[in-house]
Amino acid sequence: MAGPRAEGNLGMTFYLTKRALSLLMVLLGLAVMIFIIARIVPGDPARIALGPLATAAQVEELRQEMGLNDPIHIQLWHYLSGLAQGDLGKSLLTSRPVMDDILQALPATFELVLATVVLQIVISIPLGVLAAYYRDTWVDNVTRVVSLIGVVTPGFVLAIILQLLASYYLTIFPIAGRLDPGLEFQASTTGLLLIDSVIAGRLDVFVDAARHIFLPAIALSAAGIGQVMRITRSSMIEVGSRDFVEAARAYGIPERVVTFRYMLRVASVAPLTILGLEFASLIGNAFVVEFVFSWPGLASYGVRTILQKDLNAVIGVVLVSGVFFVIANLTIDALLGIIDPRHRIREGQRA
Amino acid sequence: MSVSPSFDDLGPDGGRGRSLTSRQMAWYRFSRNPSALIGTAIVVSVFIAAIFAPFIATSPESAGSHVDFVNRHSAPSWEFLFGTDNVGRDIFSRVVYGYRVSLGLVVGVLGVAVPFGVVLGLAAGYFGGRVEFAIMRLTDIMLAIPPLAMALAITAVLSPNLINAMIAITLLWWTWHTRLIYRIVKGQMAEDYVEAAKVAGASHFHIMFRELLPNCVPAISVKTSLDAGFVILFGAALSFLGLGVAPPTPDLGTMVSTGSEYLPEFWWEALMPGMAILYAILGFNLLGDGLRDMMDVEV
Repeated sequence: MAGPRAEGNLGMTFYLTKRALSLLMVLLGLAVMIFIIARIVPGDPARIALGPLATAAQVEELRQEMGLNDPIHIQLWHYLSGLAQGDLGKSLLTSRPVMDDILQALPATFELVLATVVLQIVISIPLGVLAAYYRDTWVDNVTRVVSLIGVVTPGFVLAIILQLLASYYLTIFPIAGRLDPGLEFQASTTGLLLIDSVIAGRLDVFVDAARHIFLPAIALSAAGIGQVMRITRSSMIEVGSRDFVEAARAYGIPERVVTFRYMLRVASVAPLTILGLEFASLIGNAFVVEFVFSWPGLASYGVRTILQKDLNAVIGVVLVSGVFFVIANLTIDALLGIIDPRHRIREGQRA
Repeated sequence: MSVSPSFDDLGPDGGRGRSLTSRQMAWYRFSRNPSALIGTAIVVSVFIAAIFAPFIATSPESAGSHVDFVNRHSAPSWEFLFGTDNVGRDIFSRVVYGYRVSLGLVVGVLGVAVPFGVVLGLAAGYFGGRVEFAIMRLTDIMLAIPPLAMALAITAVLSPNLINAMIAITLLWWTWHTRLIYRIVKGQMAEDYVEAAKVAGASHFHIMFRELLPNCVPAISVKTSLDAGFVILFGAALSFLGLGVAPPTPDLGTMVSTGSEYLPEFWWEALMPGMAILYAILGFNLLGDGLRDMMDVEV
């Protein structure tokens, strides 16, 4: 799929449009695939929703209401055109539009995921640089052990350990929830407590929200921190042997400047790519971590509706997670395009 | 902790300059690699625990719906190594039996997902063109699905049990192998031996499975070992959320979930099974890292 090689193709807009289109195709494919899976599963969705005690007439009525009696391609069309208008159908559990339910739960999850990604970047990249700089010394070995622990510890086990240590024994962090119920606050601007409290000038809310989000974010970020740290390290070591770094050193540019301004810029491509790819499993892990900390996000809604076999809601949750993934990767693509123009050209041609 | 062996000492032949076969060299590197050895030891111990569970478990009846209210919530002791749970069952014995479920899941998932993913990767890399487009776009889509959310959805719709969890995880797992093999095959296609096989008139089947596949084996084995740990993790997460094995079958994730209701007083009820999961994942990871250093492949 080699695209035209014209000079005009080097622009950022062109590159991002191409990436966005290809990610949109991914999303469309995801929607169709979920539709197929939901339709090929054995059993009648209406029967599943109503349970074994419902009468045949009740099932038939719901089938009619859900459009299950239409031919399959008509169903697919209704489903896709509904999606395009942001209509995910009605939840059987809450009898509200699935979209409303999801929008209500979304900010909490978004805030947690955002905090996690920030923690991952802030912790893992400097540690990776440090490990590369002091490679094969005790510093390198310590970061190696830390990253191994991060990778092999399941999110929910880490969550429980943190909860035991920091909440129950040391009592320095709250056990669960997003905000102390005693604090009166409506996050109405962005829905993110950490940002809205600053806008509203409520320092007490900000501190309390930060204390609540800290443990879940740590539990959720551990796996990513381990991986990104190792990749930053090997990437820094690889970049360190390139000619331009030798040249910079030969000019007498201080090592600190060479490391952070020249090497890190080039070396950050690999860790950022991994962060994007790992985003799907990050959202999955958010399910278990939210569960442990009773975080009022998408996961608690998802788990509740899944256990109730509420098909529309389940499809909605999976689709919204897919949108999350696509947006995250588009953001990372934009970052990579800024950091490394060659990436922009290469991907612009490929996509 | 992949500590690569140093070659600045005399080497495996004691400096006599006798050349070693590549297999001996690989074994030498493996046996000098602490992480590989620790990993092997852990993995072997987990397999032994699962296979000989009735002999290792100190209280085999705890694997079922045994009730012993006298010893309810007992702290870890010599009698109950990991303590007892809310109905007085020995947690150590349940962990040992729980490994059977975990390893069964690993074998079931990887036994299907790895061959399937490898064949698709080979096809995409070898044929290129439309085949490549179709397969690689499909994997792109699959990669955008949060695996746990999707597995939850599938097991929920199919009704939660071990077989359905296995089906759900398998449906999502092959993509990673497809990507890996595709990348390797793409790199190999320009090599002389592939060209030579084509010129000699070898069949597609022969080139894919006799020429290209052997070059993918090191990467596949490293990836599979690392995967085994993550399948255990994944299965545990599913059952932790209540979508795994039905009670009273001992399952590590379910045990953590039940145990977490009794935090913090009876901490061992969640922590011990949690550590048992961690132990198994750690073993497969160290083993995978060791194999990676030994065979010098990128996965």
